[in-house]
Amino acid sequence: MEEILRVKDLRKSFGDNEVLHGVSFSLHRGDVLAVIGPSGGGKSTLLRCVTNLEPVSAGSIRIAGEDLVSGGAYAPRAVQRRICLRIGLVFQNFNLFPHFSVLRNVTEAQRVVLGRSREHAAAHAMDLLDKMGLSAKADAYPCELSGGQQQRVSIARALALDPEVLFFDEPTSALDPELTGEILKVIRGLAEEKMTMVIVTHEMAFARDVSDRVLFLDGGVVAEEGPPAEVFGAPNNERTREFLRRFAG
Amino acid sequence: MPLAGLLLDLLEGLCVSAEIFALTLLFALPLGLVVAFGRMSRWWALRQVSRVFVSVMRGTPLMLQLFFFYFGPYYIFGIPLKPSYRFAACIIAFSLNYSAYFAEIYRAGIESIPAGQHEAAKMLGFTRPQTFFRIVLPQVVKRILPPVTNEVITLVKDTSLAFTLSVMEMFTVAKMAASAHTTMLPFVVAGAFYYVFNYLVAWGMERIEKMLSYYR
Repeated sequence: MEEILRVKDLRKSFGDNEVLHGVSFSLHRGDVLAVIGPSGGGKSTLLRCVTNLEPVSAGSIRIAGEDLVSGGAYAPRAVQRRICLRIGLVFQNFNLFPHFSVLRNVTEAQRVVLGRSREHAAAHAMDLLDKMGLSAKADAYPCELSGGQQQRVSIARALALDPEVLFFDEPTSALDPELTGEILKVIRGLAEEKMTMVIVTHEMAFARDVSDRVLFLDGGVVAEEGPPAEVFGAPNNERTREFLRRFAG
Repeated sequence: MPLAGLLLDLLEGLCVSAEIFALTLLFALPLGLVVAFGRMSRWWALRQVSRVFVSVMRGTPLMLQLFFFYFGPYYIFGIPLKPSYRFAACIIAFSLNYSAYFAEIYRAGIESIPAGQHEAAKMLGFTRPQTFFRIVLPQVVKRILPPVTNEVITLVKDTSLAFTLSVMEMFTVAKMAASAHTTMLPFVVAGAFYYVFNYLVAWGMERIEKMLSYYR
């Protein structure tokens, strides 16, 4: 399978504090990568660097055959923007646009950024909302929805631009426990459609279930990487064992 | 004194007051946005210039500023004073003064929009201007309406300061009428007019707030 994302020796410091000490991994088209690990281990920072929300201090990120950053040097702004249009991000806190209806949240970028016609954008949005079980809420405003519904809208919003890789930053962490199921179901459905995804999550059972590969990030380094059966079943690393034991209860 | 004549004179003055009011908003509202951008600029020099501008405009009396902009051209450049310049000087002083207050309201509003909104827009490929005008500004408008209403109401009353430049707005007219006829009545009527003016302003702003209450 074609390699769609390659991260090499990624380092990130905030001031004097280095939080990522040279992280490398790659992702193939159609694969689902789960990023797990203790809080403060660098999961979210890694995701923010790869999605270009946070500048790296050193290292390389290659997305769909184009260098976003190579050896710490970033591509020109226009190229960065073009590359980042090929990826989508679902936030922990949804970050829907509160002043837009659900439908407009999903159509706005299609119209403004991709220049799609109103009809085309709306049809695509309605397809996606339908898939998320939210076609009846198209005219509602985000504040009228439950957390789970808002997160499904934000997934539809990200999918509307037809990204080649979809990133999730702890997509269920801001939700009540009884609402996490509906989001996990949606992500599982996307995995079945062979959507390429990187999921930062604390839902261990889900990570094991849905992913093709697991990255265990601890103290800013990749402590363990491999197929879920290996990482969860027979972890090599003592830190991984300890972490998973705590989750197993 | 004839009441009808007084009312007509005051209404004429009210029109001038309303003109000062409208022109000040016309210039100060957009100018405030420019100053707010300056306050938040990446460039140090621009930030400092805007900061000093706001500081001076808010830190000195509007009445003093009115005199400064009216007499300034004569004292500084020796340009002879023309009575026709009075109104212009008045609009310049009001617009600059109010732009400083609006700038700070805008800045507070813009900075109150969560970083997540900018990040979501960036991830969807919006450019920075698109993000500002489509995502940030509409939300800012809703948030700053109450403090803007305060400023606008204050402006209605502040138009009476144009009296110091003898601009024939309502308060100037009222004072002249009061002296000429030795009666309090012009002040009472002018006060009622100011009150009604502000009542309508507050009503209008409340309508706009209601219009924007379809989301939180």
